[in-house]
Amino acid sequence: MIPELGHFALIVALLLSIAQAVFGLGGAARANGAWLAAARSAVVGQFVFVALAFAALSWAFVERDFSVLYVATNSHSELPLFYRIAAVWGAHEGSLLLWALCLAGWTLAVTAASSSLEGPFRGRVIGILALISIGFQLFMLATSNPFERLVPAAVEGRDLNPLLQDFALAVHPPILYLGYVGFAVAFAFAYATLLEGRLDAAWARWTRPWTLAAWLFLTVGIALGSWWAYYELGWGGWWFWDPVENASFMPWLAGTALIHSLAVTEKRGLFKSWTLLLAVTAFSLSLLGTFLVRSGILISVHAFATDPARGAFILAFLSAVIGGALLLYAWRAPRLKSSAAFEMTSRESFLLANNALLVAALCLVLLGTLYPLFMDALELGKVTVGPPWFNLMFLVPMLPLAALLGVGMHAAWKRGLLGTMKARLWIAAVAALAGAILIGAAAYADLRPMTTLGFALALWVMLSSLLIPVARIRARQTLPAATLGMVVAHFGFGLATFGITGVQSFKIEKDFALGIGDTASLGGYDFRLTALRDVQGPNFAGVEADIVVSRDAERVTVLRPQKRAYNSGGNPMTEAGIEVGPARDLFAALGDDLGQGRWSVRLQYKPLIRYIWLGAIFIALGGAIAAFDRRYRFRAQAQATEGTAVAAP
Amino acid sequence: MKLPLRFLAPALAFAVLVGFFIAGLKRDPGEIPSPLIDKPVPAFSLESLGDPAWRVGSADLAGRPWLLNVWATWCAGCRQEHDALMSIAREGRVPIMGLNWRDDRTLALRWLAQLGNPYVSVAFDPEGRVAIDWGVYGAPETFLIDATGRVVKKHIGPINLDVWQREFLPLLPAGEGGP
Repeated sequence: MIPELGHFALIVALLLSIAQAVFGLGGAARANGAWLAAARSAVVGQFVFVALAFAALSWAFVERDFSVLYVATNSHSELPLFYRIAAVWGAHEGSLLLWALCLAGWTLAVTAASSSLEGPFRGRVIGILALISIGFQLFMLATSNPFERLVPAAVEGRDLNPLLQDFALAVHPPILYLGYVGFAVAFAFAYATLLEGRLDAAWARWTRPWTLAAWLFLTVGIALGSWWAYYELGWGGWWFWDPVENASFMPWLAGTALIHSLAVTEKRGLFKSWTLLLAVTAFSLSLLGTFLVRSGILISVHAFATDPARGAFILAFLSAVIGGALLLYAWRAPRLKSSAAFEMTSRESFLLANNALLVAALCLVLLGTLYPLFMDALELGKVTVGPPWFNLMFLVPMLPLAALLGVGMHAAWKRGLLGTMKARLWIAAVAALAGAILIGAAAYADLRPMTTLGFALALWVMLSSLLIPVARIRARQTLPAATLGMVVAHFGFGLATFGITGVQSFKIEKDFALGIGDTASLGGYDFRLTALRDVQGPNFAGVEADIVVSRDAERVTVLRPQKRAYNSGGNPMTEAGIEVGPARDLFAALGDDLGQGRWSVRLQYKPLIRYIWLGAIFIALGGAIAAFDRRYRFRAQAQATEGTAVAAP
Repeated sequence: MKLPLRFLAPALAFAVLVGFFIAGLKRDPGEIPSPLIDKPVPAFSLESLGDPAWRVGSADLAGRPWLLNVWATWCAGCRQEHDALMSIAREGRVPIMGLNWRDDRTLALRWLAQLGNPYVSVAFDPEGRVAIDWGVYGAPETFLIDATGRVVKKHIGPINLDVWQREFLPLLPAGEGGP
């Protein structure tokens, strides 16, 4: 009964989305206040009914209702409660429902916070968000109904993919989706602006916090995914450039470019059409990512069930939304004039370079991800572009980006005078280079040019970020939240660069065959297998090893990697044993049982890897701080402007 | 109205991309041409899953078209395609031989007892030796062998009735009992 109510709630939500689109866009076109009010009510209703549908599906999981096909496919009676709830978004249908819920939530938030916007503009934003909702809800009802019954009901569920039975991956999709879907807000703002054909600084000021919010969720989501891949997949890598990862990384790159471009549009009224294009692109890439992942167009059938009907639906939807926006852009963008001069070394120039480099990076990732598809369609054979290609190519835009970032932060708008900062920046640059040489020589006895360059750029970005608060405090100036956020995020970028350089330059990975009492040496540490024992979990059984790690005969830690077989069957899972440290991680994963008490064991020494995720935390934190800048509180701003309008020159 | 090209460029680039996606959707990324196509089947003779004393081999079904389905209880796709295999078996156009791959005998027998057995016989290949001869790199995979003992079709991944009707049935001689 409850699943049917959920299905019904989803249908009602679709009808309300249609009403939201009609009254929102229609009300704006006819300047009809009653229609606009109706659209706002539909927003609330749509959210309530999508939430009801989501609650109904969650209920079916919590109650282990195996008469629902989706539950029977993705749950199991022994699955702990936490994972039964996480299993709601463990596969295709539920992920879409989560997507729809996120969208309804963002729409509600925008509607609630936008009372100071002009009525017709607000109506258009709501209406455009509704068009996206309609697409997703229709998709679910037509091809991917999560409430489909299974007759006769299954006695036992097939279980959630054991890979997903993990804390980081349980919380990864909701956070990632909040980021993906959050770009819909910037998209709707851009679309509404193109419809109206005019764009002012208020528009950019309005779009910035929403973009920052979406971008910071995406940052956290991507970092969680990377962290999970590191400890759960058993390979010890932190980024694999696989299509699913790239699908989340591309909107992030576009969103990063958008945040920077919005700053120029707000402060200087420049790059207007470019900013609009980026806002369209960021969300388009989110949709594209959903399409790539859900249609299975790039992914082998062994990885994910594919269904051509689903692929065709998403492609049609994608073409309508993105194609429509881009055509509207081609028609309306030429009218948006932005003319103002700026000098070579002004902040505008640096942000232009930032955008060009980020978009170049984005194009490289897009090309690498779709390359197999291009080659296959052109009948040039089945090929994939591997991580070595990405690792090398990605450096091309990233190295100048990091180098310019350190200067660009200190450049003034319009004029290129760095003033007193020039001397300090020179000191920072020299200090960064000296520091990089010192770290390379003292800690690793290695001064390869690329490694030294990586460390130097990392230190350079961190030092030059810190110069801003130092200079402000010395001059007894206040530090606005937006500036502080920028400093924190850029510092985080430096930290992540530091970690990436360290781990890519000095990691050691090796496989050994170890029996009890055997010792393997790696990176100056001795790993000794001392015990193997059986372990029993709530829904799995496995083997756990004790690997005693020592350095110069002094005991450091005991790693306890596991190999698990879940009761529901499927491939055995690896739980790595990891010793975390500020200077390095030590990592052990069990491979195969080689018989006669011997196991293949993968041991890894991962220097500085923690700084990658620490950097990501700083980046997201910076976004959060900036999003709370007073300037973006629109109502406060409007009142303040009224109060100071006379005083302003 | 004149549209400046540089503003139209994103839309044009996107149109090209959509063209590739349409082409890509029609293709199956898992479709890897098998070198076995139009070659005689790699011969094998293995223990039967149900009775270790009994031999099951590639010659058993010679002289008529048959299917070889590679499966295992640890394979989620195999569970997914099981109902389709049951229908194909009920249809009776071709017999299906199972190749139980890298699996546990008890688990496999329990699976067939619980879900039904679509196979006329199941060869037991716990070490995966025969699967290597057949170029199997994942389960499930399904091969169609014609009456002259040649492999005419290989499908990678779960089979469903749609695939069966579109890709397999046209390869079968219009025979008795067919639609």
